[in-house]
Amino acid sequence: MNNKMLKALLALGVIFSAQAAMAGVKIENWTAPTGARVFFVESRALPIIDVQVDFAAGAAQDPVGKSGLAQLTRGLMDLGAGDMNESDVAMKLADLGARLGGGADTDRASVSLRTLADADKRAAAFGIMRTVISAPRFPEAVFERERARTLAALRESLTRPETIASRAFWSGLYGKHPYGLQPGIESLAAIELDDLREFHAAKYVASSAAVTIVGALSRAEAEALAVQLTEALPAGVAAPVLPVPALPAATELRLPHPAAQAHIHLGLPALKRGDPDFYALMVGNYSLGGGGFVSRLMKEVRDKRGFAYSVYSYFAPMKEAGPFQIGLQTKRAQANDALKVTRDVLQQFLAEGPSEVELKAAKANIVGSFPLRLDSNRKILDNVSAIGFYGMPLDYLDTYAQKIEQVTVADVRAAFARHVQPAHLITVVVAGD
Amino acid sequence: MTMRRHVFPMLAGLIGALLAPQAQANPYEHKLTNGLSVIVKEDRRAPTAVHMVWYRAGSMDETNGTTGVAHVLEHMMFKGTPKVGPGEFNRLVAAAGGRDNAFTSRDYTAYFQQVPKEKLGEMMALEADRMRHLNLSAGEFEQEIKVVMEERRLRTDDQPQSLLFEAMNAVAFKAHPYRRPIIGWMNDLESMTAQDARDWYERWYVPNNAYVVVVGDVDHKEVFRAAEKHYGVLKARPLPSRKPQDEPAQAGVRRVTVKAPAELPVVIMGYRAPIVRDVEKDVDPYALEMLGAVLSGHGAARFSRHLVREQRLAVSAGAEYDSTARGPGMFYLVGTPSEGKTVSEMEAGLRAEIAKVQSEGVTAEELNRAKAQLVAGEIYKLDSMFAQAMEVGQLEAVGLPYRSGERIIEKLKAVSAEQVQAVAKRYFGDDGLTVGVLDPQPLADAPRRSFANVRH
Repeated sequence: MNNKMLKALLALGVIFSAQAAMAGVKIENWTAPTGARVFFVESRALPIIDVQVDFAAGAAQDPVGKSGLAQLTRGLMDLGAGDMNESDVAMKLADLGARLGGGADTDRASVSLRTLADADKRAAAFGIMRTVISAPRFPEAVFERERARTLAALRESLTRPETIASRAFWSGLYGKHPYGLQPGIESLAAIELDDLREFHAAKYVASSAAVTIVGALSRAEAEALAVQLTEALPAGVAAPVLPVPALPAATELRLPHPAAQAHIHLGLPALKRGDPDFYALMVGNYSLGGGGFVSRLMKEVRDKRGFAYSVYSYFAPMKEAGPFQIGLQTKRAQANDALKVTRDVLQQFLAEGPSEVELKAAKANIVGSFPLRLDSNRKILDNVSAIGFYGMPLDYLDTYAQKIEQVTVADVRAAFARHVQPAHLITVVVAGD
Repeated sequence: MTMRRHVFPMLAGLIGALLAPQAQANPYEHKLTNGLSVIVKEDRRAPTAVHMVWYRAGSMDETNGTTGVAHVLEHMMFKGTPKVGPGEFNRLVAAAGGRDNAFTSRDYTAYFQQVPKEKLGEMMALEADRMRHLNLSAGEFEQEIKVVMEERRLRTDDQPQSLLFEAMNAVAFKAHPYRRPIIGWMNDLESMTAQDARDWYERWYVPNNAYVVVVGDVDHKEVFRAAEKHYGVLKARPLPSRKPQDEPAQAGVRRVTVKAPAELPVVIMGYRAPIVRDVEKDVDPYALEMLGAVLSGHGAARFSRHLVREQRLAVSAGAEYDSTARGPGMFYLVGTPSEGKTVSEMEAGLRAEIAKVQSEGVTAEELNRAKAQLVAGEIYKLDSMFAQAMEVGQLEAVGLPYRSGERIIEKLKAVSAEQVQAVAKRYFGDDGLTVGVLDPQPLADAPRRSFANVRH
């Protein structure tokens, strides 16, 4: 439709956006009497308030054999809570013009809310959010229906080359580590309603909650809000520490599919949140495949040879080592040629690192574009909630530019040598001839 | 497919009072003597700006044999001028700490940069340069057309729902150019030449067929001065006439089936629908927007409540309608049947929901709920400079004054339950209906390859 190009490129933007924040955002931080950690940015320019509560309740917490439990649990929390059935929740929110969001990714489960700042509207919206977080009903009929819908969506996604490639990639990188386990037909079938109730009771606890609040309210109001949202939760215990993922042996996996394009992924477990090499890897990856249209991969794979529309590389730092990933899609007959060019670019980059010119360009863009990463409440919320959930230093924003500026070519080379070793590189090709 | 609800810059009601002194003037507009309009919206929340150049030329201005050329030219716009070498445009924007890209729609082609505010002048210099001085070399074209074909494979050929939507449009529209895909037919891309792109560029890329939108931490007077300096030197040129190519009346349901590797079937029902042409006098497009909101505007709207939750007929179901466009409108109903349900049952379920509105109307409660979301949405929109620039640009693109946004919201808020019922009766007859069905094909029928594990 008219916006489809835009939609797609905005989606791409997600890939390219780094995890950053900027000087000038004043984060207030405290621990609520409930035990929840609170991160607050007052912003009065617009009459809106954004709140997000994050828990260590992502897919990595799924019990073995019940992959999909974290996502099902989070999904059902919105579908009936307290004295509201699932339609009540949605209709009350709609009446207020409030938007409830969130979901469960690998590390984290989130409940987020955007509301107008008017006193009556926000009070009602916060009340619903509190109930959704602390008193979900998990009705049997809704559970059965949602599991059936999840199964249907899974079956559909298993026909898609991009899903097949992505699942094979994560499984190849992490094997039986919690990061490698993914929902399947059998694991979804094994989940019972009581599993959701237990998962919620054990994981949605005040001691693991990080509450991020951005918008038009005072510190005192934010303090009260944090208590309101978490006081009905059990104090609980911290989520178990995940094992350190073992590095896989280099493997190339080829999977059949009738698609017109081959989907190619290369990567390995690479980077944990808080690793001091983060800055050198960000600077280096900009030149390799993170810098959008100006990266080496884009020039060699797309511009010079016309092999692909999209080609990228990124590091996704997680609680434990998250992936370094290169991805592209190309006409199936030329999959091997495109893969060779990609490997050559990576190999050369690992051997030489960026040139001084590339290093300078990378820093200029990463530092220069810093204001763009925080020019809305939404972006501030995303950045501050990541800082809160992952326990990054509160001055992360203030020191970011300086730390980027300090990176040298030798730093990049050394950091890549430590984190991207070809002996552990997994390659997945789906639908390649 | 997109579900583009209205996105408009100005607000009434709730925060109108807060912004009142500014709202009268902001955004500001200035027209250069070469016909280029510059629209500036000051938003001082962060030290950044978004700069967009919009051309009133999209895929609907193409002709058979060269479908996709609007989008191909969009790609070629990054391939250099005498002053700025191939790929340099992106490098210069990146060096300025900016991000840039472009998008092509049926109605327009637009280019944008998001930059720290002090870099705005540089961006204008770059956009003005490529507005009239593109190189369009055959060598660059040879490589880039391959990229576009990869884009088509990625976004259409390997996407069953995109294929269905493409096929549906080709059936729903016989004469109007909306029948052709934005990305272009593959064979047209295969036979496209650099000269086709050059012809397109020469025809449409002139200041009198473009406008500039800036939103950000800027002073509108300074932006106008910079625009005079960079864009003011470009010469206007007469534009070719545009033929209306009106779609003849449809008289009977049309059906199309697409087979593709997938698990779940999909049904799309597209009904011919009106578009906002006169903001003040039109009624039906606003009523159709509100109907869409009542049917699928939130988690407990009718489709979700009835079709997904109560009847368990659908895995998902939605209504989509965009009341603004240069061309003709369509109101879409989309559903994916649950396991064990057929596409006929899905179609019947969607029809039954429309029939219910026709016979019983909608409640005041439902309508007020949709309006509450609309009002809040207008305020939330202010959190994004990019979204605000898009609103201005899209209104202009479809021939509505960018200032009409506020009035359109007023019109939507004024829609009555009777008007919603009336449009449900008026536009949902079979004579103006096209039905598209995705017929999923098992992957197992595809040629199988052995799993090979190769160690390096």
